[in-house]
Amino acid sequence: MHFLNQVSAILWKDILTEFRTKDALTSMLLFGLLVILMFHFAFEPDSLDTEKYGPGLLWVTFIFAGMLGMNRTFVTERENDNLQGLMMAPVNWGAIYLGKMLSNLLFMLIAETIILFCFSIFFNVDILPRLGWVSVITFLGTLGFASAGTILSAISINTRMSEVMLPILFLPVALPAILGAVEATAAALTDPPGAALGFWVKFLIVYDIIFITLPLLLFDYVLEE
Amino acid sequence: MKAHNVHAFLTFILMLAAIYAVFVYAPTELTMGEVQRIFYFHVSSAWISFLAIFLVFLFSLLSLLKSSRHWDIRSASAAEIGAVFCTLVLITGPIWAKPVWGIWWTWDARLTSFFVLWLIYMGYLMLRRLVESAEQRAKLSAVFAILGAVDVPIVYMANRWWRTQHPQPVIAGGEKSGLDPEMRIALFISLAAFTLLFFYLWRLRCNLEELNDSGEAMQRRLQS
Repeated sequence: MHFLNQVSAILWKDILTEFRTKDALTSMLLFGLLVILMFHFAFEPDSLDTEKYGPGLLWVTFIFAGMLGMNRTFVTERENDNLQGLMMAPVNWGAIYLGKMLSNLLFMLIAETIILFCFSIFFNVDILPRLGWVSVITFLGTLGFASAGTILSAISINTRMSEVMLPILFLPVALPAILGAVEATAAALTDPPGAALGFWVKFLIVYDIIFITLPLLLFDYVLEE
Repeated sequence: MKAHNVHAFLTFILMLAAIYAVFVYAPTELTMGEVQRIFYFHVSSAWISFLAIFLVFLFSLLSLLKSSRHWDIRSASAAEIGAVFCTLVLITGPIWAKPVWGIWWTWDARLTSFFVLWLIYMGYLMLRRLVESAEQRAKLSAVFAILGAVDVPIVYMANRWWRTQHPQPVIAGGEKSGLDPEMRIALFISLAAFTLLFFYLWRLRCNLEELNDSGEAMQRRLQS
């Protein structure tokens, strides 16, 4: 099978299981809304300068919700030794990484779209005029999370406390992506868009390229037993 | 064992020289006073933290490419000692910062990246404890070490760009344009002493792990 066919087959398998169970999407979405609710009580949004803190709150919500989804990526593969089956199938192991990464990316993006919509209503942030830039930044930031998170969740699944290990391994590595995404979103939401916007978008692109290439090279070692 | 003893002796002598140079030979800093003397050990520990993470990165690559226990032991040992020195940086830094800057901590690029570096060391060590099989432990921790080591310079640069775009009060300390020649000598002695100490501890740690391995192998042979 062609490499891209292998990737899309794995992606399609994940979409199908997700469509039938809706586990990852519901949990990410509910958790994201809960985080927004927590922020509301923790910060009293009336007094909150949303222009200053809004992008930060938004991305903290995204990353916490996303981590829930990523924790599940390889847990589901472990049940019934599905991962073993995938590894024995005549596929390039890089395709397993890319397929899982893309399915993570897709589910996170769907959850984030809804969270973003709720966020703009709850905190009264008008994102519609800047929807183009916000979408680009959300995509690039989430791509960074998904690419680093997928390989780290494949690592943490092999430890004794996988749910705890993923945040400990993932958050320090994801830090530049969070910073870039928050700064880019903040710049995109000011009127007119801040000068830093282009810089941080480029930064995110570079981060994404690095953290897709490295896992592609290293993923074989993670699967090997 | 001979080379080992020479190494230990040299480290001891150089450590004594460093203590003398830092506390007696180097002049007292004009504005900061005596507290500035922590600078020599602070910078030396920071250098060791960087050296160690670089070695962890290198040995992890080698351990993946050659899939050998030899490089895995070297990488894990460097990480353990690097974590100790990185902790020292994070302890000596605030002790120096409080009287000089008036605050214990600031989110400056260097401080932030050391914090992240420390978290990566801790993640690496924790990961090693939590993986059961030895072969898998070597591979998984090596992959994480490579990702983590690549991440640290990105965090540093991101913070620098971030701060330059949001001008902040200028933070003193760190780079002093033109170090007093006597201070520079004290710093170099201290750097050399710490480097020797690091490699000494590292050798001990590697030996210990190898002894442990052969002990386990012997036990298995006795049981079978």
